[in-house]
Amino acid sequence: MLDQQRDYVLRTVEERGVRLVRLWFTDVLGNLKSFAISPAELENALEDGMTFDGSSIDGFSRIQEADVLAIPDPDTFEIIPWGEAGAAEARVFCDIHNLDGLPFSGDPRQVLRRNADAARELGYTFFLAPDIEFFYFEPPEKGDKPKPLDNDGFFDLGTRDAAGDLRKQTIRKLEQLGIPVEYSFHEDSPSQQEIDLRHTDALTMADSVMTFRLVVKEVAANQGVHATFMPKPLEGVQGSGMHLHMSLFRGEENAFYDPSDPYNLSPVAKAFMAGLLRHAAEITAITNQTVNSYKRLVPGFEAPVHVSWARNNRSGLIRVPIAKKGNPTATRIEYRSPDPACNPYLAFSVLLAAGMRGVAEGYELPEEADANLFEMDDAALAKLGINQLPQSLADALKVMEGSELVQEALGEHIFEWFLRNKRREWRDYKTHVSQFEMDRYLRSI
Amino acid sequence: MAATGGMLAVYAIPVAPELARVLDLAGYAWKGVTSVDEAAEHEPADGWQGVIVDCTGDPEAAWAFTRTLRKADSAAIKVLVLIGGGQLSDLDLRDELFDDFCLSPFHPSEFEARMRHLLWNTREVMTRADLVEYGELLLNLETYQATISKRPLDLTYMEYELLKFLAQNPGKVFTREMLLSRVWGYEYYGGARTVDVHIRRLRAKLGEEHANLIQTVRSVGYRFGQSRWGT
Repeated sequence: MLDQQRDYVLRTVEERGVRLVRLWFTDVLGNLKSFAISPAELENALEDGMTFDGSSIDGFSRIQEADVLAIPDPDTFEIIPWGEAGAAEARVFCDIHNLDGLPFSGDPRQVLRRNADAARELGYTFFLAPDIEFFYFEPPEKGDKPKPLDNDGFFDLGTRDAAGDLRKQTIRKLEQLGIPVEYSFHEDSPSQQEIDLRHTDALTMADSVMTFRLVVKEVAANQGVHATFMPKPLEGVQGSGMHLHMSLFRGEENAFYDPSDPYNLSPVAKAFMAGLLRHAAEITAITNQTVNSYKRLVPGFEAPVHVSWARNNRSGLIRVPIAKKGNPTATRIEYRSPDPACNPYLAFSVLLAAGMRGVAEGYELPEEADANLFEMDDAALAKLGINQLPQSLADALKVMEGSELVQEALGEHIFEWFLRNKRREWRDYKTHVSQFEMDRYLRSI
Repeated sequence: MAATGGMLAVYAIPVAPELARVLDLAGYAWKGVTSVDEAAEHEPADGWQGVIVDCTGDPEAAWAFTRTLRKADSAAIKVLVLIGGGQLSDLDLRDELFDDFCLSPFHPSEFEARMRHLLWNTREVMTRADLVEYGELLLNLETYQATISKRPLDLTYMEYELLKFLAQNPGKVFTREMLLSRVWGYEYYGGARTVDVHIRRLRAKLGEEHANLIQTVRSVGYRFGQSRWGT
């Protein structure tokens, strides 16, 4: 099987005149990393991998051994649809290994592989479909306030719809790269866009999200526009989230579906949700990893603040969308806190681990919270047993630090490195004196 | 008797006693193997004369063996599969994986007759059609390249394999399970949903005007091209 795939890749490179093959992988913070090799090197790379110095990559460095091995996953080989004619380029995602051939514990893709395999051992495949929001701005200078391209609202057609053209071009490129799009539209905020992807298994989807972010930025940059996945770039309007629709399949059967339940939710679905809810605070540093992420998770902007679930209440953390009638495969849950600045490999890993913990230990799903939680005071919420998500990166890190679940899901290496790196980010932020403080205190105190 | 000098590979170990007996009585030299790697390792200098695959033990493993064998050996070594009476449907859509079959338990003379027939033209070089064509779609099986209306299609390996399988079997309706077992093989455990994902990606790459080459047959599965009955 693997030999056939390698053969296929090598033959395609030859037949299509590919001049450059980009080897892609991801650092711990979710940045796409790439190095290019010539087609002549490819056979060797597919066979034995390419050695490189991991100490230059965020989160890879270890004191003992710096060199690691990038082994291309031939299943992800694609011709890049923006290369020049006659000088085609291709990309392939890599798994990172130690020189002894074992999976490298600092590689987020290997972490997700391990978590997905653990679920597969129990017979489950984890499927995800993200709704990814982002903004188009005029290219910013450092220190500038972002300038939206338009002031249109949700679903607006826009007379001078530059953003619409960008979105169309982006979607065409995504489809060419094997990333099918379900919907796309102008979101609520000025210049905010949303593109919803069709479900795939978790590893494919994490690769797709990495490719997606690059394609969106690339297409925009070609037109002199800056695309950003920053969670909350504009004060006073909605930020950008990455809602995740999730389900578990057992072969052809949706393990979340049960026709006899009033919500069509199976016991597995309920236990999975209970797992997500119980461990939500612990995994939030991973699903929302920037200082800025927590400016999105505030009341009043359709982002979740409380750890709760409901069928049709968008203030909750988990929503259970009503599946189209007679379509059991569409039964799913929507987890609403993550933002598109996360590392998808790590985020999907901790979400799966939290859900599967619920399934393994048969957690009880709490009552549905269908009231508007934003209108309740703390006492009323406490009575319902509803907690808040962490309010800042510092809070989130503190909860994560004590989480045996997150440590196990990420592995020691990434767990430790992530905490160290993000605590430093928080320290840097804490020492910054903001415009808010200037405006508020300088003259009055 | 029938023996012509060459060596046969027999999957799996332990070789069923009645099979070993009939091979010995007929004068065949043979060796039991458990994997294609092992078969390659023990291959005689003049190559295996043929392969017998016993599917009555663990059919999934046996078919996976046959599939790997075919993929590894494009010179089309002769393969005879032994199947139980209840396994006849396993042969559907696996024509490329074997040259003949024999029902087990078998009558020794029938088995010998089939072996003789299987091996009589062993030295003849097999050629296979290298091109698959359907309407505007063209697949070159030798170079792995696919084009639609002369436009090259950039496909991943599994997308290519799926399209090849569909284009080789136009007009037939396949369930997801069937596509999964025939295209991905049993070594893949990703689940039948994977098929939907790949179909959707193939349609996108075929482009809007050709996306309907692959049709969804409601609550059954997929069909490539027109139905044989014109509906």
